[in-house]
Amino acid sequence: MNFSHVYAVIARVYFLVRTNPVRLIPMFLWSILTIVLWGFIAKYLVLVAGTTGSVLAVQFIGAILFWEFLNRVMHSFVMAFLEDVWARNFLNYFASPLTVSEYITGLTSVSAVMSVLAFLVMAVIASLVFDISLAVYGLFLIPLLLSLYLFGIALGIFGAALVFRFGPAAEWLLWPIPAVVTPFVGVFYPVSILPQWMQSIGLALSPTYAFEGMRQIIAGNAVSDMTVLLALGGALGALILAYVFFLFIYKRAVRTGLLARYSAESVS
Amino acid sequence: MNAVLALHGVSKTYDGMKAVDSVSFTIEEGEIVGLLGPNGAGKTSTINMVLGVLTPDAGDITIDAIDIGKDRAQALGKTNFVAVYAQVPGNLSVWQALYIFGILYDTPNLAERIRTVLTEYDLERFARTKVGILSSGEQTRVALAKAMLNRPRLLLLDEPTASLDPSSARMVRASIREYVRERKGAVLWTSHNMQEVAEVCDRVLFISHGRILLQGNPKTLPGEYDKENLEELFITVAREPLSLEI
Repeated sequence: MNFSHVYAVIARVYFLVRTNPVRLIPMFLWSILTIVLWGFIAKYLVLVAGTTGSVLAVQFIGAILFWEFLNRVMHSFVMAFLEDVWARNFLNYFASPLTVSEYITGLTSVSAVMSVLAFLVMAVIASLVFDISLAVYGLFLIPLLLSLYLFGIALGIFGAALVFRFGPAAEWLLWPIPAVVTPFVGVFYPVSILPQWMQSIGLALSPTYAFEGMRQIIAGNAVSDMTVLLALGGALGALILAYVFFLFIYKRAVRTGLLARYSAESVS
Repeated sequence: MNAVLALHGVSKTYDGMKAVDSVSFTIEEGEIVGLLGPNGAGKTSTINMVLGVLTPDAGDITIDAIDIGKDRAQALGKTNFVAVYAQVPGNLSVWQALYIFGILYDTPNLAERIRTVLTEYDLERFARTKVGILSSGEQTRVALAKAMLNRPRLLLLDEPTASLDPSSARMVRASIREYVRERKGAVLWTSHNMQEVAEVCDRVLFISHGRILLQGNPKTLPGEYDKENLEELFITVAREPLSLEI
């Protein structure tokens, strides 16, 4: 892998953001609005439900911070990808020595910076405005967030592959992907309350273990190594599968001529 | 002579229709070759296969003896291109675009090289201007500057002067001829301006229905087929290829 090529992909997004900072608004606005909304819901819960409400409040705020982080990871990845769709830049990129792995690594790096910044903004608001600190998660915060980051990137790559395959009009397919996953992975509740078929899907998705681990910590229990392992291993597996899927779509686009005539959306 | 570009038996079929049919040719060091043919003849498909954005169904393509199918990144590092359907992203400034593509093509002494191509293509005053707000001719000059950044061994030019005024077009032709002479590069040039092709190219390949029908020196080739000039020969290839008795 040529890291200067990765740097070029990152630099392009940096130039775009520097030239027009409006691009940053969706990255931070939704995160801020989300944490403010849920912060007040949590406050209200404490008011009406006392001690039980306090536990639920911390759990909800933690859940929303983690879930919004995953959303930001995916959205910043696909936003950087869509910049190339909108600018019809694929031919310039893929007729150059840039490889698919370098391109994906560049977008992944952009997503890391954007999503960590958004997460920090949310964490600061949660702490200063609603007096809820992430310190409660201790060192477990690192593997849990890492697993959500990897899964967010996997969703981003999968979504980007769909747009690559079906053309710019498939952009609308991207945005609901995290929402489709939400009910299955127990963001706000344990998956044990779900019907069996939903549980089966949930248990196959790595964020389920990250959110379960989060709830265990809030409840004062230890997080098992197996939970951390399933969260990280599952996310890594999802990432590999998503990358293989993207590669398959890319190779097909090169074989059929779709890449060379991308704006036509179809070669058939 | 060393072949900078070599195609051997390259074919491509879309939905049962042969777009490129067993095409073979080479371009030597210091040679400018015109790829001519009517719309839909297979020129762009051929160029796309050389650029690695379209996989041939059969045959192989080498750039400086590197098989593009086996070592795509290394082979493409020796090329660059200008095509009307692949514009430089409009939301970057000229300098930013040259910087990004300079890195992608592993250009040494990039800052210095950017200054040089900005001067060569009369773009210094647009360095901080977004590409998208330039005129089409200025955008073409940006694309040419981008294409010359890495001093490619093989330059692919798909109608590079189509949107240029006569003065700019002459400047571009002169700079490309100079580049070929000095750097011993090779150029594959498509154009519908037969006067330009006759002036610039050392050799032309006429392609029709995906096959190379004839090739030769653009100055002498029309006479060999009893045609007044290259344009007449082009029209015959496009309309009555069977009348040529190839």
